[in-house]
Amino acid sequence: MAGLPRRITKETQRLLSEPVQGISATPDENNLRYFHVTINGPKDSPFEGGVFKLELFLPEEYPMAAPKVRFNTKIYHPNIDKIGRICLDILKDKWSPALQVRTVLLSIQALLSAPNPDDPLANDVADNWKRNEAAAIKTAREWTQKYAMSGGQ
Amino acid sequence: MESDDDYYEDDIDPDDYDDGHNFDNEDVEVDEGYLGESSVDARISSYNPDLGDDDPYPYECLSADKVVGLMNEIIREVNDIVNIPSTTLRILLAHFNWDKELLLEKYYEYEGNQERIFAEAHVISPLKSKSLARRKSGRSIEQACEICCNNYSSSFMTGLDCGHSFCKGCWSQYLCTKIIDEGMSQTISCPEFECDIIVDDAVVMNLITDQKVCRKYQHLITNSFVMCNPLLKWCPAPDCHHVIKVEYRDKRPVKCECGREFCFDCGESWHDPVLCMHLRKWLKKCDDDSETSHWISANTKECPKCQVTIEKDGGCNHMVCRNQACKHEFCWVCLGPWDPHGASWYNCNRYNAEEAKKARDLQESSREMLQRYLFYCNRYMNHLQSLKFEHKLYARIKRKMEEMQQLNMSWIEVQFLKRAVDVLCQCRQTLMYTYVFAFFLKRNNQSIIFEGNQADVEKATELLSEYLERDVTTASLGEIKQKVQDKYRYCDSRRNVLLRHVHEGYDKDWWEYIETS
Repeated sequence: MAGLPRRITKETQRLLSEPVQGISATPDENNLRYFHVTINGPKDSPFEGGVFKLELFLPEEYPMAAPKVRFNTKIYHPNIDKIGRICLDILKDKWSPALQVRTVLLSIQALLSAPNPDDPLANDVADNWKRNEAAAIKTAREWTQKYAMSGGQ
Repeated sequence: MESDDDYYEDDIDPDDYDDGHNFDNEDVEVDEGYLGESSVDARISSYNPDLGDDDPYPYECLSADKVVGLMNEIIREVNDIVNIPSTTLRILLAHFNWDKELLLEKYYEYEGNQERIFAEAHVISPLKSKSLARRKSGRSIEQACEICCNNYSSSFMTGLDCGHSFCKGCWSQYLCTKIIDEGMSQTISCPEFECDIIVDDAVVMNLITDQKVCRKYQHLITNSFVMCNPLLKWCPAPDCHHVIKVEYRDKRPVKCECGREFCFDCGESWHDPVLCMHLRKWLKKCDDDSETSHWISANTKECPKCQVTIEKDGGCNHMVCRNQACKHEFCWVCLGPWDPHGASWYNCNRYNAEEAKKARDLQESSREMLQRYLFYCNRYMNHLQSLKFEHKLYARIKRKMEEMQQLNMSWIEVQFLKRAVDVLCQCRQTLMYTYVFAFFLKRNNQSIIFEGNQADVEKATELLSEYLERDVTTASLGEIKQKVQDKYRYCDSRRNVLLRHVHEGYDKDWWEYIETS
């Protein structure tokens, strides 16, 4: 653990000892700045029942710079693109060093509950979401079933 | 050519003009050309007093330190009226883009509710903050810094009036990141999530120990001050840190201490006679990948149905659009539909069909525009290139001047040579911009006169250039002086005639411009 800032150590300990409901974050054994994350699809959202895998990396500048987070599980969501990049203000200009991995993951979980098609990253998905929400939600549910449930890829 | 000479003889008394001109040159020979330039301006306006710019254009060249002084002076001035801490005031002023009148107006408009003005500028009202500060200093227990998670005594913890405190180490790292990586200065806020209270300059200067970061911060502050202030402009020369301060904004040439002369309005090199607006368009045109787009428009045709771009790669004129959704069949020659052509396309008898004609006209005009652009661009580039070479000429002329001084001529006596190269460069620069002017010009009687003037300057300039480049090294001293002076004075006078004519045209709305895409 040599060279790892106290802040990261403390955050990691707390993530393991008091995990947030529906979220797990485990540091990689070879790189303690790299976390394997899973987020359970929130209740009453089209992602319910799915388990979404993400990767989270704390760059050298952390906490002055935001963590880098990406979805590894395919997801049909207007603010998440084909390769899993996430459009979330706190990961960009709204980042504050007073935020933590825990708060970031909670915000991502909240983003799953409340997609924001007005600030899209995946334009085609956002268009669908705005034009025909029911159909978009149906597709999102299908994708959840296909990619985020046991046996899914 | 005859006609334009007549035109000038009618309007100006050439003798009168020449006298003034000679006098000017004697006067400014040692003055590196700058005074010469402004006296040209003065003459332009005295010739045409209703131009309204016969007054000299007063401006100052300031070092970065002086700009900081100016900034502090404004803070002091406002502080005399409103009496709030200067750190807070600086943030308020920055919020109002350094418009002190606007600040004062708002300050009194919100009389009694001045909290609002502080909130809008993202600062804690100085009236409220005192109590907060006192409360903070009362504590003396160990605290954990929320950023690094280490415990420190409260003396090592600090914060703004919003009450969020972090350790000094994290603060300093946070500020460095914002300043160096993100180039922020007056908009850095408290590190706390969703706290928008702005960090004032005293806090920044206190917490940053790295001199490099301090300098960058001060530069960013100065820069935002200059950018906000319409009467200030950075000298555009690379690595020059001077600022030009004017008394009123105008399209006039200013010259920085470093030697760069530029248009105060647009910041480009001084570009008389062309307008800032046209120069901007021109430079954009040159910058864009215009060659490529012109090649495309001149050498390809668009499918008359789906508009896809087509380059013909074989001899047959029976075109079938490859766009799978279109597959339109048409004739390459007349651009009309293929059907009526039958087998005898080479007698393409559909030439005047309405549709085909329209498509052809579009093609023609785009080719013509390319020709036109290339014509002007070529000449513009040519003078630009020559202007670059004239710097070599300066070196050569300098040697010649030293040589002449060894042959018993005084320093002042040989300055005519330098003046000649100055005039040469001025003429090249003017000529360069006349081609930009001409590019946008619609043809009318005045534009023909302009072209005549342009040809005169060009001819005179080339003669001067040739003489300075070749003969100056071989001819005898007395002969050189006489000839060089004659040539550069003629150049200068033709240049002034041209500029005056264009200026008069601006004044009397002679110029009509073409529409460009």
